[in-house]
Amino acid sequence: MKVTSKDVAYVADLANLELTEEERTGMLRDLNSILEYVDRLNELDTADVPPMAQVSDRYGVDESQQGSARFAYASREDILEGLRKSLRREEALANAPDADDDFFRVPKVIER
Amino acid sequence: MDLTSLTIDAARSAVQERTTTALALTEAHYAHIKKEDGQIGAFLTLSKERALEQADRVDRMAAEGKTLPPLGGVPVGIKDVMSTRGVRTTAGSKILEKYIPPFDCTAVARMEAAGAVVLGKMNCDEFAMGSSNENSAYGPVRNPRDLNRVPGGSSGGSAAAVAADMAVVTLGSDTGGSIRQPAAFCGVVGLMPTYGRVSRYGLIAFASSLDHIGPLAKTVKDAAIVLGTIAGRDPMDATSADVPVPDYVAELDKPVRGMKLGVAKEYFGDGLDDEVRQAVEAAIDKLKGLGCEIVPVSLPHTRYAIPTYYVIATAEASANLARFDGVRYGHRARGVKTLAEMYRRSRDEGFGAEVKRRIMLGTYALSAGYYDAYYVKAQKVRTLLTRDFDEAFRKVDAIVTPTSPTAAFRLGEKSNSPLAMYLADIYTVTADLAGIPGISVPCGETTEKLPIGLQILGKHFDEATILRVAHAYERAHNASLGMTNR
Repeated sequence: MKVTSKDVAYVADLANLELTEEERTGMLRDLNSILEYVDRLNELDTADVPPMAQVSDRYGVDESQQGSARFAYASREDILEGLRKSLRREEALANAPDADDDFFRVPKVIER
Repeated sequence: MDLTSLTIDAARSAVQERTTTALALTEAHYAHIKKEDGQIGAFLTLSKERALEQADRVDRMAAEGKTLPPLGGVPVGIKDVMSTRGVRTTAGSKILEKYIPPFDCTAVARMEAAGAVVLGKMNCDEFAMGSSNENSAYGPVRNPRDLNRVPGGSSGGSAAAVAADMAVVTLGSDTGGSIRQPAAFCGVVGLMPTYGRVSRYGLIAFASSLDHIGPLAKTVKDAAIVLGTIAGRDPMDATSADVPVPDYVAELDKPVRGMKLGVAKEYFGDGLDDEVRQAVEAAIDKLKGLGCEIVPVSLPHTRYAIPTYYVIATAEASANLARFDGVRYGHRARGVKTLAEMYRRSRDEGFGAEVKRRIMLGTYALSAGYYDAYYVKAQKVRTLLTRDFDEAFRKVDAIVTPTSPTAAFRLGEKSNSPLAMYLADIYTVTADLAGIPGISVPCGETTEKLPIGLQILGKHFDEATILRVAHAYERAHNASLGMTNR
């Protein structure tokens, strides 16, 4: 077993999930079974293989440049207004579970 | 004229020539949905008001004698992971049960600008995570060919709606096979374009480096028309590529004679159903008969694709789904006292089992001490998988494989084993990881009359070639069945 119930509790905490006792038991079983399968990757020697984060790296990057100039293909003019107008306040708040006229409302964060 | 069995060109021409109207087409589809969808479950939300307004706009154009755009009056469905302004968008999740986006996904906006009538939003696995559509919070979709079977996933509603003539064409999304596998299971055409070919703006993110939007259609030509409509650079998505978009329809009829098609033994190994193997081998013979040269190629890292995918996809998902916190949109738990408790309980109540499982796996893979062992390792293997294709495409123009190792399985058949479910994507995930385009086209049926899909994979930005091969195959296959080409 790679993952222990302590790991499950720790990772659930990182992921902002609570999980019921039953869910934790299932998670322990499923994560171990999946990770055991993932271990297959260790059959491969990848010491000299560069990691690939995304596909665009392969056709957009200017290899002759350094730093952000390498990714010039993805850059655009900085426009004050942005690419589209900002949402109106009431539109931005329309989907909020709780809001007043100006702000999203959440449980009190700071105790005094 | 049967208004619900038309292809794009037939529907558009009928509206253009005033033999029918966009309104009549739209209403015929809604009537068909009302009759059929109770047992299939493909639609989650109908956008009637928006559809009727658009149909009216198109009809006025036609009445004025204006030339209709490519999708003028064509009724379409949109997978419910794509944002639609003013129309509920759930991503198949309870956490977004009441979410009404304030903006449109670029692909949807382009479809409508080309005259498409959006009938509604298609059922799918929650956040597009699944291979059977059984992970939808709103109930499963059933395969129109056999109601006891799954339609595939995650774009199950998109595939089933096209198969059951409830929409002429639909948009789906593909992160590990979610367009091609349901297309194969339901007997329709499904196209995943190259990564970056179609803007992801407004697509609710699952795994950002793997998500693709593409069409599910009745014919290869319809898929080509839709791709031409939605493809091309969008400043709202920095990963959308500034690569010229060819006229895909004009490319369709170019000859396939002399084309080199790769066949990789890694896609015909253990786990491949015999009937699927026979159908795909017969399809390859047919392509040979059309003058294609069949060339053996090797994709040696194929057996590492699923584990690579499930580390990278879940890692990205765990980050993308962090935004669901019950503050700005989505479900919020009641009766919570602190902010932290609100986050946790809202997510606990809002997310389904598979989504939680993937968030957990992804968070684990990214956590301190495991990041290099899992996430970076998987990224390195992703390089190797991509190099396999680079090598193969030096020798061939396209690669032909089965789309899925089996035909549609039964509802509940794989529900108890996440790993067994993941293996349903064994022939599709690698293309997502490498960012290359792929299409699934129907190539026969099992003895139980379940559809089988032939997958054709192409080079980056070379959708034209795979569409051309798929189109040639489709014509030859239909001819051999004594069917007229639509």
